Amino acid sequence: MATNADPGPPGTSALIKRHSLATRLWHWITAVCLLVLLTSGLQIFNAHPSLYWGSDSDFDSPFLSIGARRDANGDPMGYVSIEGLQIPTTGVLGWSSVNGHMQARAFPAWATLPGPQWLSLGRHWHFTAAWVFGVLLVFYLLYSIVSRRRRRLIGVHRGEMGRFGHEVVKHATLRFSRARSYNIIQKLTYLTVLFVLLPLMVLTGLTMSPTMDAAWPWLTEVFGGRQSARTLHFLCAFALVAFFLVHLLLVLISGVLNNMRAMITGGYQTDGQTDGWADDRADAAPAGTHGANAEERHHGQR
Amino acid sequence: MANDDRAPRTTPNRQRRRVLGGLGALGATGLLAGCDWTHSQAVREFLGKTENLTQAAQRLVASRESLAREYDKSDIAPTFRPNGTIKPQTPAYQKLLDSNFTDYRLDIHGLVARPASFSLAELKAMPSRTQITRHDCVEGWSCIGQWTGVVLGDLLDRVQPKDNARFVVFYCADHLYGSPRPYYESLDMIEARHPQTILAYGLNGSALPVTYGAPIRLRAERRLGYKMAKYVMHIELVESFAGIQGGHGGYWEDRGYSWWAGV
Repeated sequence: MATNADPGPPGTSALIKRHSLATRLWHWITAVCLLVLLTSGLQIFNAHPSLYWGSDSDFDSPFLSIGARRDANGDPMGYVSIEGLQIPTTGVLGWSSVNGHMQARAFPAWATLPGPQWLSLGRHWHFTAAWVFGVLLVFYLLYSIVSRRRRRLIGVHRGEMGRFGHEVVKHATLRFSRARSYNIIQKLTYLTVLFVLLPLMVLTGLTMSPTMDAAWPWLTEVFGGRQSARTLHFLCAFALVAFFLVHLLLVLISGVLNNMRAMITGGYQTDGQTDGWADDRADAAPAGTHGANAEERHHGQR
Repeated sequence: MANDDRAPRTTPNRQRRRVLGGLGALGATGLLAGCDWTHSQAVREFLGKTENLTQAAQRLVASRESLAREYDKSDIAPTFRPNGTIKPQTPAYQKLLDSNFTDYRLDIHGLVARPASFSLAELKAMPSRTQITRHDCVEGWSCIGQWTGVVLGDLLDRVQPKDNARFVVFYCADHLYGSPRPYYESLDMIEARHPQTILAYGLNGSALPVTYGAPIRLRAERRLGYKMAKYVMHIELVESFAGIQGGHGGYWEDRGYSWWAGV
């Protein structure tokens, strides 16, 4: 282990190297890609703002649709319809302002790339970003599996699931420790995003391609048809938006400078307590400093 | 379906107004924000290049013979969604329609050893293929229909393409959104010779209605809907489509859409 990553004796803080250059580069390039993919994706969605389940489109009963219609007074209004339930969304979804003029469009101009309704260019943006995102994702997932640092940071250890309730309480009371590896909630979240949500985005995206369906017919089998894949693509995208909001919030409130440093220079200041698992044993921490004790000690200080 | 990236409920006239309004709004945005770099010419050209990457990758994973999924009769959509042109307005087409297409001749010319012309009856007399396939529109929706037609590869065998023929260009009777020049599309020889690439004259067991491209429309089942030209009037084999209309190989291609159209 590199000296700059030496955790030092428990109880004292240490500057460790949390993220490798590969992780930091991947994180920021992917962040830009996801922003482009989301906004250009909303542009593409606007061309046909309805979602369906199955192989084809049952135009009369979409699972979800965004549109504009006239209300009881004859005024235009925007709405989102989910399984037939209509929610008024005038001003944002369905009916929104473009340069001061109200327009019928599913997602508003400020949320789409490019701003004006322009399907062909939205698709060019989307597929360009998709290439960068998809290729990097494949390499990064392989790296996450083989890299010792990544495995230590996000790998779930035997028995660690038992700490889930404890961590929920800690998160709920906004007590965040600065441990060497992630806590179990972080681990499960990042594992889900990395190994489930992001690959699902790629696979459901590929399923929408008629050429890919001919090449790999199992794609439509797995997702229950092209329109189901399109719906899942949309739902996973918004699951990622939800993840991003929580991610951003927690980065901000759990030590924003330390967190940002970890993803920019790689350096991360621990508070000396161990996370109770994993590394203290492997890294030959001094005897008698079992993680749980260290943690209790830490809590005692508060 | 075919020739469109927009909702079919709007008539071409309303559509034109919307396009003009959109262009006006675009101009206003340009004035307000300088030039929006996200849709500058340079950015568009750069982004368009990734189409080549997509094409190369899909050529690699999709073999020449890989077939589009074929569905069961029970999967056929009750109403197939029409869009693009739903009735060509030219007098020549009206005359063909009045004769119930008995005067229709499909000319195949260009880089072929034996140019030929086929009546609709002659096309229907050739061996046919019927396939229930999913139509994927570039807008995002899908519709399943049963198409019957003559395999394009069989027609190509009759006219014997020359060695330098690289693309098959389809010229149509319709002028989409009032375009001064007719709709057109093109396929490479691989896609043109794919067993599911047919010139369809039947939909769901009946003669192909005008709404869907009578007397014949192209089906290229591994591509998006706008590749599948309706109202095909004549076919030309060429080495390059650079000199045809906008030079990008199709009506929507000339308007920024991908020629490959596999995604």
